[in-house]
Amino acid sequence: MNLEPILQVKDLNYIYSAGTPFEHKALENVSFTLNRGEFVGVIGHTGSGKSTLMQQLNGLLKPTSGQVILDGVDIWSDKKITRQARFRVGLVFQYPEYQLFEETVYKDIAFGPKNMGLSAEEIDRRVREAAGFVGITERQLQASPFDLSGGQKRRVAIAGVIAMEPEVLILDEPTAGLDPIGRAEILSNIESYRKAKNATIMMVSHSMEDVARMTDRLLVLYGSHLAMDAPPAEVFTHAQELVDMGLNIPQVTQIFLHLKQMGLDVDNVYTIEQAVSILSRLKEGKVHA
Amino acid sequence: MLKDITLGQFFPGKSPIHRMDPRTKLILTVVYIVTLFLATNWFSYGLMMAFLVLCIKISTIPPKSIVRGMKPLVFILVFTAILNLFYSDGGVELVRIGSLAITTEGLKRAFFMIWRILMLISGTFLLTYTTSPISLTDGLESLMNPLKKLHVPVHELAMMMSIALRFIPTLIEETDKIMNAQKARGADFETGSIIDRAKALVPVLVPLFISAFRRADELATAMECRCYQGGEGRTKMKLLRFSRVDIRAFEVCTCLVAGVVTLAAFGL
Repeated sequence: MNLEPILQVKDLNYIYSAGTPFEHKALENVSFTLNRGEFVGVIGHTGSGKSTLMQQLNGLLKPTSGQVILDGVDIWSDKKITRQARFRVGLVFQYPEYQLFEETVYKDIAFGPKNMGLSAEEIDRRVREAAGFVGITERQLQASPFDLSGGQKRRVAIAGVIAMEPEVLILDEPTAGLDPIGRAEILSNIESYRKAKNATIMMVSHSMEDVARMTDRLLVLYGSHLAMDAPPAEVFTHAQELVDMGLNIPQVTQIFLHLKQMGLDVDNVYTIEQAVSILSRLKEGKVHA
Repeated sequence: MLKDITLGQFFPGKSPIHRMDPRTKLILTVVYIVTLFLATNWFSYGLMMAFLVLCIKISTIPPKSIVRGMKPLVFILVFTAILNLFYSDGGVELVRIGSLAITTEGLKRAFFMIWRILMLISGTFLLTYTTSPISLTDGLESLMNPLKKLHVPVHELAMMMSIALRFIPTLIEETDKIMNAQKARGADFETGSIIDRAKALVPVLVPLFISAFRRADELATAMECRCYQGGEGRTKMKLLRFSRVDIRAFEVCTCLVAGVVTLAAFGL
């Protein structure tokens, strides 16, 4: 893959309520780079700084020290640039369906593009395209967002951010609280947006299975530090470290680690597909433990 | 940003004032306020001030936080001072601007008025700083109990108050979250005319109301699941009981009132 950096984070520190008794370090010396078209997963225990980090990347929170550089420009160098960063780096919060407010789905998705000051035709094009990415039908566009099901609301909210056509799309647990079909749908929606726009995706998730399957690279946050930054295959070889950080590894990886301990000659595996291919190879070769 | 709002914030502690029965504190706060209006001169004001300082000292509340709580009231204080400054007759005239004059009497009144308001507010702060919202409503409920004879739904009112207090931080947090989500979609709350800014709040208020209703609904269901049916036959986990601290407090306050009344009677 041709790596072209889009978002760089340099020595980021963030302290909540600095200078008061409630002072709390949320991020310490975090540095990493996101490249164009990359799908990056973020994992970390509750309170490890994931949500704080996300809000730094589109200028909702100002770093105590350090820089967030979007396409070569520090997002805090100018007020206009900060505002631009909000549009270029789309942020989907946890349970985004609770932010819907308009009378119709169409108007709600159009809220972001409208704030960008686009022309009416351009807004219309973007709303329809965004709705297409998440599978919202023409009829649903005219419905009230409050008449939709939970999963549909979630997709409308994601479309509301996608409609701004951000180059970097950050999602905080986009599949939390959804059934397996809803999860799969949302993940494939995100993937199709990435493919169509060569956008960078950063997804916070508690599902190791999801991040193992979807991402090119994993950032592991622990105690407000960036503990690991590596492809999932590599991250999941540090099973014990992850468990010590209050995290987990995919179930299939656990099974294969056990198999290895039992003396079977298998690689580290983190998706079902890999497991199937290795197991069938073993079966054919009739390899004995 | 929104989290910085203090709404009669409670400072947990173990001082005698914290340990007092909430009813004692409520009654004595009322007594204190009434006494404050009986005070008329330097001596009685001084006595009240000494009492207040003593109470703050005992409560171990940092005086800084009491001062900080006064900040939003600066406007009212200045306004009162100006009114008293110009609209009092008598005494020696000091400055005259058109038909308005500042006299020594006006100066004295303005000074005493601000002093009184400051003492009044600090006194009530002391109540809310040392009493948790729950015990405060418990105390109110218990004090209003006689009104049940007149079919006033005392328990229900107290319950409503506890629930409202309980949800203030939750709703503040929720507002923060929704504002951030809309900001991420380019909403702008900081620039533009007042009308623009008011309009910009619609995307925050609508989801906030919806979530408030949703929470109310969920809470009602949860309460019903646990067979809540109002105050009828309901017992309390923490019974309110007057202790020795309360008796001492009543004694001290009686002395205070007697002192202020005597000073006022002698016209000192």
